Amino acid sequence: MLSFENITASIHTWLYASFPHAALLLESLIVGLCVISLFAVLGLVLVLMERKVSAYMQIRLGPNRVGPGGSLQTVADTLKLAMKEGLTPDGADKFLFNLAPFMVIVVAMLVLAPVAFAKGTQIWDLNIGVLYISAVSSLSVIGILMAGWASNNKYSLLGAMRSGAQIVSYELSAGLSVISIVVLTGSLRISDIVASQQDGWWLFKGHIPAIISFVIFIIAVTAETNRAPFDLAEAESELTAGFHTEYSGMRFALFFLAEYVNIFIVCAIAATLYMGGWMPLHIGPWTGFNHLMDYIPSSLWFMGKTFFLIFVIMWFRWTFPRLRIDQLLDLEWKYLLPISLFNLLLMTLIAIKGWHF
Amino acid sequence: MAFLTDYISNIYRGVRSLLKGMKLTGYYFTHRREIITQQYPDNKAEMKLPDRFRGEVVMTHDEHNEHACTGCTACELACPNGTIKIITKFDVTPEGKKKKALDTFIYHLELCTMCNLCVQACPTDAIKMAQNFEHSVYDRSQLTKKLNNPDSKIREGVE
Repeated sequence: MLSFENITASIHTWLYASFPHAALLLESLIVGLCVISLFAVLGLVLVLMERKVSAYMQIRLGPNRVGPGGSLQTVADTLKLAMKEGLTPDGADKFLFNLAPFMVIVVAMLVLAPVAFAKGTQIWDLNIGVLYISAVSSLSVIGILMAGWASNNKYSLLGAMRSGAQIVSYELSAGLSVISIVVLTGSLRISDIVASQQDGWWLFKGHIPAIISFVIFIIAVTAETNRAPFDLAEAESELTAGFHTEYSGMRFALFFLAEYVNIFIVCAIAATLYMGGWMPLHIGPWTGFNHLMDYIPSSLWFMGKTFFLIFVIMWFRWTFPRLRIDQLLDLEWKYLLPISLFNLLLMTLIAIKGWHF
Repeated sequence: MAFLTDYISNIYRGVRSLLKGMKLTGYYFTHRREIITQQYPDNKAEMKLPDRFRGEVVMTHDEHNEHACTGCTACELACPNGTIKIITKFDVTPEGKKKKALDTFIYHLELCTMCNLCVQACPTDAIKMAQNFEHSVYDRSQLTKKLNNPDSKIREGVE
């Protein structure tokens, strides 16, 4: 049967048989190319998806002129951005200004490493996968602060500062929700977490605490990726475009791309932790049903879950009004954090007593 | 204890109002029939404009080429930006009396803001707003229009 696992395994054996010395280097190159092309495809698909979803939610049609049903709109937009001049403002700190977009995109690339895309398809299955993800993803705020500071523009700086406050606070409840799944699984390794959901997803197995921590995780990652209703960092009506006001051309495109890739990554992680990643929908002892579900390829399961969560986050964006900065911090420190702490306590009790299914 | 019930009811109300909003947008997302976008140049034949859409001022003429304008200049006075200019003349009635009548109704479309005040001011309902909106021309002078038809005259009995 054709699957990603077999393809990668056969490429691996062929490379080591043909070029035993350069095989590792070649594999790294192939992985790098795959990641970059995944980024490009994700950027095109997610931007189009966002525009279409927002249009339908606002009773509009959305892009419908370029290509069949507007499907080439984002390709045209990307070409336009690629051909534009990348301006650097006069008073900007040139080095930091040019470094910031790459910083943001590199962080997005790094977080992609432990994500399991399909059965046996994972760039790096390191034993502290979840910790690695939460550690590296909080680095993206450095890129944003760098962009805001180096632009020499008050809107950029304000946007970057807000983004910093926001990410620092929401990291906490996102981390606590991740820990509640780690408590159940007993492992930080992504493949172990996926394997532990063999007989059902944690969202269903972990009773109400799992659902609460899932909701908190989704809220926290929406805030971490600076998306509405938490888009204070780039609030159009207040700060023009926030930290990337001064960016144009391809460097702006990198920020834009990083935003969408980050959404994909956080949704992939939410899907892995709570909905079993590439694991098909299995219900405990129903072997017939489980066997039937195994016929759907694992990569489709993963993509389906991830895109469902991305849709939910887009649904948030096009429904809810933006929060004020004090409301944003209220929500985190007065509601999400105490609830997730209490929830973690409940989850630990469930894990110790073995009350989960 | 009162604090705790307040806290929980706050969360409950917040979540409920958010879900209410999501229900509405979800309804719109799944019901494509609600879409109000008109694909304008493609649907020229079956395009339907709202009743209250105002495109330009026209003067209604009946089948005898008669209008209802008495030349009272109420519309000219009502117009906030000088869009309308009325030139009057004096007709001689069969009894030999002179009577003021409309000679030319000049309408500057390029100045008009479609505010509808002239239509409201008209005592005889001689003018109304039409829905035509494709006004582009190559020369500005073409936007100055004469609204009364040539050789038209006032309808009998309109004072």
